[in-house]
Amino acid sequence: MDELLVNDPGKKVILMGNDAIVRGALESGVQFVATYPGTPASEIGNDFYRISKEANVIFEFSTNEKVAMEVAAGSSFSGLKTLVAMKNFGLNVASDPLLPFIYTGSKGPTVIFIADDPSCHSSAQSEENTRAFSYLGHIPTLEPADAKECKEFTKIAFDLSEKFQIPVMVRTTTRVAHQKMPMVLGEYKKNSSLARGEFVKDANRFVTLPPRVLGMKTELIEKIKKMQLAFEKSNLNFIDRGSSKATEKRGIIASGVAYLYVKEALKELGLDLPILKVGTFYPLPEKKIQSFIKGLKNILVAEELEPYLEKEVARLAKDANCKLEIHGKDLLPEVGELRPEYVTLALAKFLGKKYVLPRIKTKLAVPKRFPQLCPGCPYWLVFGGVKKATEGKNVIYGGDIGCYMLAGMPPHFLQDYLSCMGSSIGIGHGIKRATGQKLVSFIGDGTFFHAGIPALINTVYNQSNPLIIILENEITAMTGHQPHPGALGAKVEIKIEDVVTACGVKNLKIIDPVQQQEFIAAIDEFLEKPEVSVIIARHPCKFVKKV
Amino acid sequence: MANKSILKTKKEDYNIVIAGTGGQGVITLLQVLAEAALIEGKDIKTSELHGLSQRGGSVEVHVRFGERIYSPLVMRGKADLVIGLETQEVLRALDYAGPQTVFLVNKYFVPIPLEKKMTEGEIVDNLKKISGKAELIPASDICQESLGTSVVAGIYLICLAANKDFIPLKPESIKDAIKKVIPQKYLELNLKTFELAKQK
Ligand SMILES: Cc1ncc(C[n+]2csc(CCOP(=O)(O)OP(=O)(O)O)c2C)c(N)n1
Repeated sequence: MDELLVNDPGKKVILMGNDAIVRGALESGVQFVATYPGTPASEIGNDFYRISKEANVIFEFSTNEKVAMEVAAGSSFSGLKTLVAMKNFGLNVASDPLLPFIYTGSKGPTVIFIADDPSCHSSAQSEENTRAFSYLGHIPTLEPADAKECKEFTKIAFDLSEKFQIPVMVRTTTRVAHQKMPMVLGEYKKNSSLARGEFVKDANRFVTLPPRVLGMKTELIEKIKKMQLAFEKSNLNFIDRGSSKATEKRGIIASGVAYLYVKEALKELGLDLPILKVGTFYPLPEKKIQSFIKGLKNILVAEELEPYLEKEVARLAKDANCKLEIHGKDLLPEVGELRPEYVTLALAKFLGKKYVLPRIKTKLAVPKRFPQLCPGCPYWLVFGGVKKATEGKNVIYGGDIGCYMLAGMPPHFLQDYLSCMGSSIGIGHGIKRATGQKLVSFIGDGTFFHAGIPALINTVYNQSNPLIIILENEITAMTGHQPHPGALGAKVEIKIEDVVTACGVKNLKIIDPVQQQEFIAAIDEFLEKPEVSVIIARHPCKFVKKV
Repeated sequence: MANKSILKTKKEDYNIVIAGTGGQGVITLLQVLAEAALIEGKDIKTSELHGLSQRGGSVEVHVRFGERIYSPLVMRGKADLVIGLETQEVLRALDYAGPQTVFLVNKYFVPIPLEKKMTEGEIVDNLKKISGKAELIPASDICQESLGTSVVAGIYLICLAANKDFIPLKPESIKDAIKKVIPQKYLELNLKTFELAKQK
């Protein structure tokens, strides 16, 4: 049996943050899961993909995150306990349905898991801090610091959602989602069968139309106030005094993994200070913060990325302690993840202590090792063919999100722009209309289904003539080989050529890039066409399981 | 190599950084070490990266255990043990090293395209300047010769480290952790690797 499914309360196991989230959701009795892959959130979906059948959980990889969020709303409206998970960029895509979902609230308890990736270890496009969405959408937001809290907070989030009838967001970062530690399993009662919800009509609740929508906003703000009161008392926000004296005038406020670095730093510096660990980023326990800072002289706010918490503390200090000296981003970086030594250094400065980071002197520097396409990856042939066909033709190469981003790295160098999923086509169309320069863009099959189709329709409708190469490798490779609607063995396989044709594309060829001559000839031909052209480069990823 | 004394005087936390290239199985090693530490009742935190970083690029995982562990990342200068599964990659982990660090380096090169290969001599000399405790071990070759495959080189190195008392965990705990973590299909191979590391 899968380790996540054992019912052995009290058993101590090591789980990674994402797996702990899954276990927490199972212990909470989750019934419906919709997700879209993206590092560092992917294992949540992968786990459910693996266990959903045995666990009697309704599961789907949705076509993209917007759809996943909508599916989750539908499940919640029908009364089911619902989980939806994605990486930070996914929430950008899903933000349109997310905001009204917070207005209508949830019926079946719903938890939204979002993973940020400070330092962009596995994120091409921006270093996003999802906490800004909490303000934008009035989204109750919990921030676990470690893997154990991932499990605990998941269960609490489902309870909060049930109590306040609002979706609750749990926001992690790479060092939390991909952190492992021991934790104790709770009771897990497997669903006896797949849940069957019921959608009970209630337009007052589920239809967001003015003027009702403003009433909903008023109710939402009321809910948030009530949650805030609950969070003042909740031990999601706690004060950790360690062995510091009651008369101590210096304190720390920390959230997420920064709390762990603070603890480590204090140990390194050999002292203890009171720490307010904030687990509910939104709504904030304002009273608790105010009472914490009241008697203090100076405070260090330790958080990753933008100083949202610090700004709140500054605002709250106006009333509670206007003389408080507040430190944070003056001592800690705003760009890139925190690390224990950064926090140690910041804390030392904060305390006026001397601390020198250990530094090793060596003459040897290793050159960067660029990630590579796997040996036998069909993209070697695609890039090679494109290079041959376009040599000397002054072509612009459009990139998109997937393994084929490696087109931008040595030895290929075939990527002149890169943004978000699906954007190769939209940006390419914009460049074509603005310049008329020759342009070839790459898009993976997964990304084509995710966000490429509207852009392709736009290119046909608004008439420009890029050459779009769809890399049909039958899988979502980059994020760990999840299936997608065009993948081999999909219950209903949707053929990309049918979609492309239905979008009105006249110049279409399907070529296995192994046939290099044919592939190169097609590129030559299509680059001269007055309308948009599409080549589907069809060759499965070597990790596709033969069915 | 005299090392027992180092461990005996150590503070309670033990910090390991493993550096290698994508596909060398660093995450399996992390799991084995973490489970072994759990068997001995320790607190544990680990950190790993997934995604693009695994595509043949450099990878680095952190394993920390002791009485009470907070940070999942090893602090700069605080590694007790740095394992390089690839000879050049160990150099990327030097930020974590200090005079207390033991280096175990696999004699195994994955060439970096377009770059001149550094010699293992140069690399080990530099490591020795840091702590004097650096060993170059032909783990991949040993495993290839004795077991017919070098995929277990990492397991070989951590077993060796436990046998040599570079990791304050009992070799038996590592063995039990291997049984827990490694899928049935590869278990025998890994247990043979454990025995192989004992003979050295
Ligand atoms: C909005 C958004 N969701 C998820 C991701 C994570 N992500 C990165 S690559 C990728 C998969 C792309 O799959 P595909 O286009 O089939 O390319 P392949 O990796 O198979 O070459 C995903 C989902 C992202 N970057 N942005």
